Amino acid sequence: MLQPRIISSGSANVTAATSPRTVAVAVESLGYRYGDRWALQGVSFEVYQGEMFALLGPNGGGKTTLFRILSTLVAPVEGAVRIFDASHEEPWRIRLYLGVVFQRPSLDPKLTVWENLLAHAQLYGLWGSAVRHRAQELLERFGLAERQNELVERLSGGMQRRVELAKCLLPRPPLLLLDEPSTGLDPGARRDFFLLLRQLQSLDGTTVVFTTHFMEEADRSDRVAILHRGKLVALGSPASLKAEVGGDVLVIHTERAPDLADAVQREFGLAARVVDGTVRAECPEAHQWVPRLVERFGQAISLISYGRPTLEDVFVHHTGQRFWVGEGDRGELV
Amino acid sequence: MRRWILPVWGLWWREMVRFVRQRSRVTGALLQPLVFWLLLGGGLNASFRPTGFAGVSYVEYFYPGTVVLVLLFTAIFATIATVEDRKSGFLQGVLVAPMARSAIVLGQVLGSATLATLQGTLMLAFAPAGGVRLALGPFVLTVLVMSVLAIALSGLGLSIAWRMDSTQGFHAVMNMLLLPLWFLSGAVFPVNDAPLPIWLLMVVNPLMYGMAALRRSLYWQEAPSLEGLPSFATSLLVSVVFAAATLALATRNAKRQVW
Repeated sequence: MLQPRIISSGSANVTAATSPRTVAVAVESLGYRYGDRWALQGVSFEVYQGEMFALLGPNGGGKTTLFRILSTLVAPVEGAVRIFDASHEEPWRIRLYLGVVFQRPSLDPKLTVWENLLAHAQLYGLWGSAVRHRAQELLERFGLAERQNELVERLSGGMQRRVELAKCLLPRPPLLLLDEPSTGLDPGARRDFFLLLRQLQSLDGTTVVFTTHFMEEADRSDRVAILHRGKLVALGSPASLKAEVGGDVLVIHTERAPDLADAVQREFGLAARVVDGTVRAECPEAHQWVPRLVERFGQAISLISYGRPTLEDVFVHHTGQRFWVGEGDRGELV
Repeated sequence: MRRWILPVWGLWWREMVRFVRQRSRVTGALLQPLVFWLLLGGGLNASFRPTGFAGVSYVEYFYPGTVVLVLLFTAIFATIATVEDRKSGFLQGVLVAPMARSAIVLGQVLGSATLATLQGTLMLAFAPAGGVRLALGPFVLTVLVMSVLAIALSGLGLSIAWRMDSTQGFHAVMNMLLLPLWFLSGAVFPVNDAPLPIWLLMVVNPLMYGMAALRRSLYWQEAPSLEGLPSFATSLLVSVVFAAATLALATRNAKRQVW
């Protein structure tokens, strides 16, 4: 049975820290495989109502598979999914709660913007002046009113994404699922789109769950689940995840990373490790170490930097790998 | 109930709008069979000597076959459109909507069948050239038969489309299954004259009964080319069962589809 939980930190909503919140999405020991290859294994997390929740991971990390399960396109092989009070065993009930924004817009390019919205409303059994009014309102809110009679195929990628979002919001879904919503958008359109999502969350209380491989997008969400090779490696608010890293992150670029890492560890007692050809160490007050390291190993160091941890550092902390490594071997799981 | 009827209506309406905006589909489905009819009919007229109904020209014999070909082509076009819907992503949105799979299939089939029947009805304008004089009664009956066949063929096309992810794959199926179904329906050559193995294939071909129903409704009274065909009642019954079976198959395939 699902109990309402209290969020400890990282919520945009100030009152959330004190009042119990409804669970919008509960994923429990979820597993999915293509043939023999497990794309997801033992994934468990919960998303609370009204949260903006990011599923962050490199390509092939399993987030698209998770998205497909949450959007009821495929059934889990193992484990359970619950969306509000509906279980994955009753996909038609889950669908009543969902608004789904696909990476490839699910619009009919041969219909106008307005016709796409009406067709979608009919799929949801909606009809009449109330839904027309709602469609008009959404088009105005998203700056699409002037283009409503144009064929969708004539719109830019950013506009199509907004039409798709407007379409999904027609039935007022309490949960919005988005797959890589910023793919194919230029930085300006991406920012606008996220502002829209934030607005939805604050004005309508919509729960927003999206997949992304952009750190800065995950950074803007209330909580992040980091997926790597089909497993959940970290879960929490961006701030709490960064706090887990432990102080600052020190990065040394050098020709001979393994030797330097050994030396740093031996002589200074820092837990240094080699990540993608660089030496990295997580330590508090890193700025104090910089002059000492440069003095001792100056010859070997080509660049030394330190900073507050980013989500990328969180990923490295948990996986020992750079986020973008393995980009080439899409979908490979070892 | 509203959750069932409105989606069916929405998908049907979308087919109509798309059709009007893609003129090439009209010409493709209507002109191609017409060209076949004129060229094959003209060329084969001299050598067509069926036993039992000598004196019937090939242009006349082939006319009802052409009408069924129009229905088949329209159904095929609509089916290809479904495969494209899947590629374009539109179908994903339909699949995550809270509607029954049967409503999706029915909306698609009715859309395609409406277009097929409309084009088949346009073909009836050529009836006099095909040696058929249509009175009002037979005309209405013919449209009815065409709509049953259109549903059957669209349902068949969709059952296949739901399992295909490329239009290339669909072309193979069309050539290996759908066109032979039509060749063996008595559209091109009479059932009676066929050699035994072919005859056997024709007798078990459900579209042969559809073809017979259409010939009988077109002529209504006895005509030489109706020689040896099953009765109207049998033909219509088999056609209705055929339509129901393809609808059921398409629904089953839609439910099974894993993304």
